[in-house]
Amino acid sequence: MKSMISTDRLSKTFGSFTAVDAITFDVQEGEIFGFLGANGAGKTTALKMLTGLLTPSSGQATVAGFDVRKKPDQVKQRIGYMSQKFSLYEDLTIRDNIRLFGGIYGLSNRDIREKTEALLEKLELEGEAGKLVGSLPLGWKQKLAFSVALLHEPGIVFLDEPTSGVDPLIRRQFWELIYEAAANGVTLMVTTHYMDEAEYCDRVSIMVDGKIEALDTPRAMKKAFDAEDMDEVFRKLARGA
Amino acid sequence: MVEIEHISKSYDTLKAVDDVSLTVARGEIFGLIGPDGAGKTTLFRILTTLLLPDEGRATVDGLDVVRGYKQLRQRVGYMPGRFSLYQDLSVEENLEFFASVFGTSVAENYDLIAPIYVQIEPFKSRRAGALSGGMKQKLALCCALIHKPEVLFLDEPGTGVDPVSRKEFWDMLRSLRTQGLTIVVSTPYMDEAALCDRVALFQKGRIMAIDTPEGITGAFDHPLYAVRSDNMYRLLKDLRQMEGVADCYAFGEYAHLKMQQDAPAEKAMKGIRAYLESKSHQDVEISPAEASVEDCFIELMKN
Repeated sequence: MKSMISTDRLSKTFGSFTAVDAITFDVQEGEIFGFLGANGAGKTTALKMLTGLLTPSSGQATVAGFDVRKKPDQVKQRIGYMSQKFSLYEDLTIRDNIRLFGGIYGLSNRDIREKTEALLEKLELEGEAGKLVGSLPLGWKQKLAFSVALLHEPGIVFLDEPTSGVDPLIRRQFWELIYEAAANGVTLMVTTHYMDEAEYCDRVSIMVDGKIEALDTPRAMKKAFDAEDMDEVFRKLARGA
Repeated sequence: MVEIEHISKSYDTLKAVDDVSLTVARGEIFGLIGPDGAGKTTLFRILTTLLLPDEGRATVDGLDVVRGYKQLRQRVGYMPGRFSLYQDLSVEENLEFFASVFGTSVAENYDLIAPIYVQIEPFKSRRAGALSGGMKQKLALCCALIHKPEVLFLDEPGTGVDPVSRKEFWDMLRSLRTQGLTIVVSTPYMDEAALCDRVALFQKGRIMAIDTPEGITGAFDHPLYAVRSDNMYRLLKDLRQMEGVADCYAFGEYAHLKMQQDAPAEKAMKGIRAYLESKSHQDVEISPAEASVEDCFIELMKN
């Protein structure tokens, strides 16, 4: 197994405040990894370092084989990103959104054309390609956003609260797309503070005050904390801290 | 305490609330459970007199939401989904402001908010915009309570709040109920349904079911099993091909398998195991599962 993310005592300080405090963890190829923590626990800062947007204060991290400190631009080209809040341009058509993101990631015109057709066919959106993304139902929008994040064939995709607030059927359809991508070898890093999303991940880490306080499969964590669900694990961990 | 009869509301061609009827009894915690876009906020705005319905009628505490809107506003507390306070005012100033709008003072109704307010009092001179998610939520609740309403409407109070604060919040709601307050709360989190006295499952502007949480889950009328193996993606695909399967979907670390017909559990599980082993699944685990509100929601959506 190959590590797609590997960090060693990765830290970030802002003045006297330590936002991320020496976190060390690995994420394997094809793994669905849940990166959890309360608001202010340091998740966002850690993510910014892992996606090449913020330089670490100390420690190491490699993502998709590149050092985030030395090669942040290489990292950015090899990752995909999707969040429920922002992912596609609502006032562009489906086809234009695909072209825009393909272009941003440096795909050739020919590649973009071919991938667009394949993607529309897969999502059964051939007849809708000229419609504005804003007019699509939420479920379609999400599937499309995820497919667009995979367009440049990144080794790893970061998903930020991908299914919070959606209906239970859309949520299942979406998780199946995630499972499918993982089965194809894509690594998925899911950040969320909704514990019910965590239950779907292969392994999860929980950050408290800048540190990773627990890292395991949801099942092992529930057992270790004698908890019925991840919500209870989280409460016990945060209370004990 | 709340009576809704055939309320509908459309925005252009979108029917946000579609012929909704329900009643909420005094002293009840009533949950409106549904995803984003189900119409929860529209219904709340109608009940708090901020939006006129196209059709139907509703009363809150005996007052019509259209004709009695002026009096009604004194009797309802409303905590909108988005943080509604003045970010530039301090905790204390926000509270005083909301009290003065309703012609009362913080001192007059302090008893009601005291158990909640003491938790944020140490930060009373901090600007509301600088509070953490959980503290903002507590302040918003204090502001919605400061005029001593009869009915409290809480629109997605758990959204954006971590599990620790979420639990504390529900504990507060239960203690408010013991003081006779009626609480109507909306949430997209199916697991919060269990914390309500009664719930309405809400989807695309319509109510799919109204009952106690136990009544909702008790109405699930198929045998249900929790299954796992070493490969979830393949597991879901294979189980759907199995004979006698009504539905199969991911449910956390398990797949929930809904069978078409009743059969002795031991026999059914043996059959499922044999099938999965023939498909060379490893580490297979099967156990009977209790239907959750989310299972019921899925079933109702598909019907």
